[in-house]
Amino acid sequence: MPTTMIAATQIELNDEGFFVHPEQWTEEMAAELARRESIDPLTDRHWTVLRFMRSEFLDKGTGPTVRALGKTSGVSVKELYQLFPKGPAKVAARIAGIPKPRGCI
Amino acid sequence: MAKRVVILGGGTGGTLVANRLRRLFSGTDVELVVVDQNDRHVYQPGLLFVPFGLAHSEDIVRPRQRQLHDGIKFHESGIERVEIGANEVHLHDGSVLGYDVLVVATGASLILEETEGLAGPGWMDKVFTFYTPEGAGALEAALATFDGGRVVVNVVDMPIKCPVAPLEFCFLADWYFHERGIRDRVELTYVTPLDGAFTKPVASKQLGGMLADKNIELVTEFNTSEVDGAGGRLISYDQREVPFDLAVVIPLHGGASYVGRSIGLGDALNFVPTDEHTLQSKVADNVFVIGDAANVPASKAGSVTHFEGETLVENVRRHLAGEPLIDGFDGHANCFIETGFHKALLIDFNYDTEPLTGHYPGRVGLPLLKQSRLNHLGKLLFQSVYWHGLLPGRDIPGIGATMPSSGKIPVAATGATTTPKE
Ligand SMILES: Cc1cc2nc3c(=O)[nH]c(=O)nc-3n(C[C@H](O)[C@H](O)[C@H](O)COP(=O)(O)OP(=O)(O)OC[C@H]3O[C@@H](n4cnc5c(N)ncnc54)[C@H](O)[C@@H]3O)c2cc1C
Repeated sequence: MPTTMIAATQIELNDEGFFVHPEQWTEEMAAELARRESIDPLTDRHWTVLRFMRSEFLDKGTGPTVRALGKTSGVSVKELYQLFPKGPAKVAARIAGIPKPRGCI
Repeated sequence: MAKRVVILGGGTGGTLVANRLRRLFSGTDVELVVVDQNDRHVYQPGLLFVPFGLAHSEDIVRPRQRQLHDGIKFHESGIERVEIGANEVHLHDGSVLGYDVLVVATGASLILEETEGLAGPGWMDKVFTFYTPEGAGALEAALATFDGGRVVVNVVDMPIKCPVAPLEFCFLADWYFHERGIRDRVELTYVTPLDGAFTKPVASKQLGGMLADKNIELVTEFNTSEVDGAGGRLISYDQREVPFDLAVVIPLHGGASYVGRSIGLGDALNFVPTDEHTLQSKVADNVFVIGDAANVPASKAGSVTHFEGETLVENVRRHLAGEPLIDGFDGHANCFIETGFHKALLIDFNYDTEPLTGHYPGRVGLPLLKQSRLNHLGKLLFQSVYWHGLLPGRDIPGIGATMPSSGKIPVAATGATTTPKE
């Protein structure tokens, strides 16, 4: 499994770039993770989403899908795509250091 | 004192649970009440065939009450809300039903309003869905007079009922236009939010290959933000566009709206948080959930609902008797996938095992993940099994609730892409 240095810490990421150990994540890592996703700078609106993703994950064991985010995070689906154009749920999960949201089947 | 079990929804899950509970508690004083908003039970898998003139709306609808065994009360009314704390259901007709155990079986609903333009200009004229009897009927008329152009089939987002149905629609459309001799004048495109034809890797590869073979274009990772019926285009959140002359859209799904009105019952999409193995809700000990209404990570399919029935009914009995619940449900699903030209393929999977090649239910059986006439006959036969085996709550011979693995070829052995030798 690939490891990488982020904010001077050795981090283990899976093949799709998600944290293997979400507890390794700190807020200091977010800016660098965001740049890797071509998001620079991280605004307050981004942070609203990232903090929400984190707390949902800690609460429920999986990050929310885009639709659930749009309904509960206070950021509409349209704005979510403006903030994270390449797919809000996945990209925000990578930046927030949580596993890939367990999608639906 | 008599115990009362109230079952919300008289569709696939509500009906089979009521009938199984009736048998289990025959001769005891458990009272069973089924609530539904209407008395029209639709055999939903049949909706796929209506647009192509292979089934008619009236043939796939039967009265709900007739599917319920004697001794089960049927109460026809919409549901206003559930009060979990008070163990009460409030109905649109003003009545209030108290319960000892509540079974939520109200399925999934289509939410058109959440997609801009979907229900706007062009709806039921150039933009259709086959997920309702009305939609499937209107689409039949539209297809009959369609003589060429761009047809797109679009899944707005997951989860949806029967996630293979939109693919089956594509395969049947290919066959249908061939039969009419105009296939070369029709461009068929499948537009999905997923990164492949299907959710599970082995099946996705197989189904993606079939789309290519049938000359059906595949557009992936398309998250529909708007359906512009007047302009004839789908628009995604990342500003991509797919033009169409006729669009077949599978709208967003959510749980029933009363779930949202019932404090503490549902999640953000109005599905009910449910333990994936016991089928007890996570919101109250005496609330159980079956079928599409549950937020478990299984397909929203009639076969899943059927396999859940056994565990759910046993756990309702245990709950009433004060015994510990069983972790009985393994996520077992199987579906026939109609592929056109009188063939179908079969997939079988559960929470832990993706659909594999091989045979079902054992080595001598129906071929898995492979087109065959036998599977097509299986699909046709399913309608009769549905009314006469599944709804009455009978165990269907040879088809157990837990997933069989004896006839299957593991991924490592197949290299994930090859089909098995006969
Ligand atoms: C086009 C299509 C094709 C399909 N093909 C297949 C297939 O090939 N194989 C397969 O296994 N599955 C298939 N399915 C899926 C299958 O039909 C469903 O998964 C199954 O019916 C789910 O059962 P259920 O009891 O959860 O919900 P349903 O059978 O939908 O029942 C829900 C009931 O709740 C009632 N209800 C909802 N809200 C309220 C309210 N507020 N008040 C009162 N009553 C309410 C509804 O009227 C309905 O009767 C298909 C579905 C569709 C749409």
